[in-house]
Amino acid sequence: MFEFLARFFGKPSSSATAKERLRLVLLSDHLSLAPDVVEALKHDLIEVISRYVDVDAANCDVTFEQQEKRVAMLANVPILAMRARPMPRRTTPRKPAGTAPQPAADAPANGVPRAPGRAKRKRRRQADPSAPATAGLSPA
Amino acid sequence: MQEMMAPEAPATSSIPRRRGRAIVVTSGKGGVGKTTTTANTGAALAAGGASVVLVDADVGLRNLDIVMGLEARVRHHVLDVLEGQATLDEALVTDKRVPSLRLLAAAQTREKDDVDTNAFRELIGALRDRFDFVLIDCPAGIEKGFANAIAGADEAIIVCTPEVAAVRDADRVVGLLGDERSVQLIVNRLRPAMVRKGKMLSVEDVNSILRLPLLGVIEDAPDVIVSTNRGEPVALDPASPVGAAYRRIAQRITGALSEPPAIPRERSFIEKLFGSHK
Repeated sequence: MFEFLARFFGKPSSSATAKERLRLVLLSDHLSLAPDVVEALKHDLIEVISRYVDVDAANCDVTFEQQEKRVAMLANVPILAMRARPMPRRTTPRKPAGTAPQPAADAPANGVPRAPGRAKRKRRRQADPSAPATAGLSPA
Repeated sequence: MQEMMAPEAPATSSIPRRRGRAIVVTSGKGGVGKTTTTANTGAALAAGGASVVLVDADVGLRNLDIVMGLEARVRHHVLDVLEGQATLDEALVTDKRVPSLRLLAAAQTREKDDVDTNAFRELIGALRDRFDFVLIDCPAGIEKGFANAIAGADEAIIVCTPEVAAVRDADRVVGLLGDERSVQLIVNRLRPAMVRKGKMLSVEDVNSILRLPLLGVIEDAPDVIVSTNRGEPVALDPASPVGAAYRRIAQRITGALSEPPAIPRERSFIEKLFGSHK
């Protein structure tokens, strides 16, 4: 009964946790991307996004997802509030938006990987500030 | 090596025969059941009529003789043969139950670095001329002992338990085995009840990562521990469901059974109540 309740309230099963951990560890094994590199990437990513929107840094989540033969990075960044004006960049600006690494030719123009289902994209469209924004970066 | 290479009568029959198959049983991670798998698969193959030799490649930590219950009969080991201290015939131990099953024990007091990879490959080659199956029990790890164990094998069985660390290591080992060997998977120590409750990775979860042909699934059953205590391979116990699973694995290896392995399911309440377990 307790298990049922735990499942009902969204606590993932331990096998689901195992699967997720396995996925991540194999990903870094295959990409030779060490966990500290992933941490550093997450840190820098949050820093950049924070220039434009107020994010809940403590609850940010950066994951990699295997999609058939390639891997996509998915960042789940909860937005607390919009900033009226982007904070100034610390480095010299090169070009406005769009200088981010371009997704592979077959990826959608907005950079969102195709794999995530409708739910995620829907959540993004809602302007609810508590809703997490899902952004995809270029597949490896 | 000289006497080893000399043409000798095959172990079970005198008609000219094609070379036997050399299969390495490996996993990367230790403690997932490589030795138990080697012992039982070999016993099942031999009980099915094939001539089989089990080679313990875990030099320094020899265990296969214990699992087989043959520890008292071991007089010589692999290194004695490689170094010319004993002939192959002197070193091969015949199983007490199945006469077509032999064991070549590892050296307990030596190190893996003492074994020359090429000499070990030649030894496996010599055994292939005499037996239908040469099963090599690979040590854990991916160092010298692993390199020696896989050197003479053209097929591999990966033993993996439904655990994150085991799957990760198996994934690494599959990469190291290369494309020239045929590789199959045995998922060991599955607990169907835990899988159903979401508390254990399923066979599908494991193989969604490894993507190997599935040779068999072995349940985590008390029979295996009991038979290992006694030094009697569970594969030779006609009443044991796990023994039957090993016999099916052997039939899949020989090609006698083409049907893929069934994933063990949780036994129903009634089956548990009137179960056949001793």
